[in-house]
Amino acid sequence: MSIDVLSAILVIPAVSAALLVILPGYRQTAKLNVVAAFATFLTSLSLFVVEPVSGQYLLVDDLNKVFIVLTTFVSFTTSVFSASYIQHEIEIGRLTPTFLRFYHAMYQTLMFAMNLALVANNIGLMWVAVEVATLTTVLMVGIYRTHEALEAAWKYFILGSVGIALALFGTILVYMAARPVVGEGLDGMVWTVLVKHAAQFDPALLNVAFVFLLLGYGTKVGLAPLHAWLPDAHAEGPTPISAVLSGLLLNVALYALLRFKMMLAVNLAAIAPGPLMVTMGLISVIFASLMLYRRRDIKRMFAYSSIEHMGIIVFAFGMGGPLANFAGLLHMTMHSLTKSAIFFAVGHIAQVKGTQKIADIGGLTVTNPVLGWGLMLGVIAIVGLPPLGIFMSEFLVVSSTFARAPWLTVILVLGIIIALGGLLLRIGSVMFGEPKGPTAPAEASYVPMFTHLALVLMAGLYLPPVLVTGFQNVAKLLG
Amino acid sequence: MSSLQFDIAHLLAGSLVLASFMMLYQDRLYALLNVYAVHAGVLALSVAWQAYVQQAPHLYVTALIALVFKAIIIPVALHRIIKRLGIHREIENVIGIGLTMMAGIGLVALSMVVMLRVTPGADALAREDLAFALSVVLLGLLIMVTRRNAVSQVVGFMSLENGLVLAATGAKGMPLVVEISVAFSVLIAFIVIGIFLFRIRERFDSVDMQALDRFRGERR
Repeated sequence: MSIDVLSAILVIPAVSAALLVILPGYRQTAKLNVVAAFATFLTSLSLFVVEPVSGQYLLVDDLNKVFIVLTTFVSFTTSVFSASYIQHEIEIGRLTPTFLRFYHAMYQTLMFAMNLALVANNIGLMWVAVEVATLTTVLMVGIYRTHEALEAAWKYFILGSVGIALALFGTILVYMAARPVVGEGLDGMVWTVLVKHAAQFDPALLNVAFVFLLLGYGTKVGLAPLHAWLPDAHAEGPTPISAVLSGLLLNVALYALLRFKMMLAVNLAAIAPGPLMVTMGLISVIFASLMLYRRRDIKRMFAYSSIEHMGIIVFAFGMGGPLANFAGLLHMTMHSLTKSAIFFAVGHIAQVKGTQKIADIGGLTVTNPVLGWGLMLGVIAIVGLPPLGIFMSEFLVVSSTFARAPWLTVILVLGIIIALGGLLLRIGSVMFGEPKGPTAPAEASYVPMFTHLALVLMAGLYLPPVLVTGFQNVAKLLG
Repeated sequence: MSSLQFDIAHLLAGSLVLASFMMLYQDRLYALLNVYAVHAGVLALSVAWQAYVQQAPHLYVTALIALVFKAIIIPVALHRIIKRLGIHREIENVIGIGLTMMAGIGLVALSMVVMLRVTPGADALAREDLAFALSVVLLGLLIMVTRRNAVSQVVGFMSLENGLVLAATGAKGMPLVVEISVAFSVLIAFIVIGIFLFRIRERFDSVDMQALDRFRGERR
């Protein structure tokens, strides 16, 4: 029974992907997409009730439960948003029914790949899953087949593949390090076995392996020197995919990195992974927040904001310790919810206005008050103003690290403030000022956006004790 | 392991690095593809030799995939694509050949220094294999960054994956999962690339990445 729950998380998206390839009619398939995503979400919730048994290939512990539930929840809400989004795209003829069939199948394949990456106990399997997730998103980013979309997809494909290749090299090195201790064969790639024996691994080999893994999976996380694919992929793909990319796929890559960090932490002779992650995180925060000032495309702007927030999260996990890990985990959850809500709003706004250019959008709070104020609330949340959840998680990140590394924290705070200025400056003209562009009311589904924002607001005011103890357990696990 | 077995493995892995170097200075697409076919052929030999030395029959499958798929099918298919696209002209290198070669030599030296230093405990064959594999991976990256043409970037990427296969087979007893996945990912990657090339052809007059760069998402 318990193993069934675990495999159901993988089987439901896989079967629905196959069904969605076969079934015609976009209304029905959009509904099926929602139903499948909802079923996966419900199944993932049941992980808390039944205690699944971890095997050689699949694994469930406190850490990935958090990731799985977050992933399946946001994929579900995104599928609801996607249903209303694509209806508009079909009407204006940007997507044809054939492409839509492909789109839905890819959506479920992506869910499958992300869930597989999260439950994999085998570092080889995890790598395969991340690779599949990359390829499906590449295809979806290029789906509009415009010049820009193709360039974005190509760039994403090339940089993503290079990152993935480096990660595989790192994975092979980990196996090489493990082989003398745990023996040849499958055991050398099973994560639970690796962690148990990591103390005896050759530290020098582990160091080199981690550098490759950090560069490889770090490319997928969108850390600063390796981020070049991220803004293009977010800006040119369909908006539901931007929401999934920012809200989920970046987290999945980060999860892979955290697993290896836990392994290195066991080996005392190996380099501490923390400082490397802290450095890359800080570079990302500063770089991305400065880049926010020159943006002209609204989706691209929020993509840079994602880089900034991934930087904050990586910084928190790099600092380590129960408090900083807790803050990082909370920040990751809040960022996923807020950023996808923002993309839901931005998607509908771009459809109403027929453009993504910031200069061509204006006075939203007058022309489309619900969407406009929804986005405004999202922006207030994402820049970290109280009383929303991100304020609290950013506050926790800063307060838990300040005593240990005051200078680094000062740099982080500086980055956050620069980003706040940049986002508010750019969004001001979009929200207020003279109305520009078409003012037709949006045929939008507001439920996903406001559900996310309500959750973020709630987390900012009151964190349920169950959630706090759950996150504390995970934070301890992360070391 | 006898010294002859070691020498042959060494020779084959070294030849792979040499083939990577040859790819660096090819300035015509057809020539680049031919060298890539040789590259994949050498990889197949090297993997087969590892299979024999390690007495791991499943590695023969990997060798066969390398031979049939990478050394024959892909180069032939890319030949035809190039012909259909009508782009069998010169490849423009971003920096000069001399400089590229110097950078390549530097990268090989770097990977030798890094890998040989951190693996004193491992057996000699695995050590040298890893060092060569890292060289091939880094040279593949170098090929990718010095080319602007989409097809040659893909070829660079495939040579990089060859380096990964070399590393995976050199790590004795690595589970089959990985070998299959590598082969499988190459297959998927190729499908993706195929679609991309055709779409790019649909939309652009050339597959020159500089032409793509003109359509940057954000025009200033």
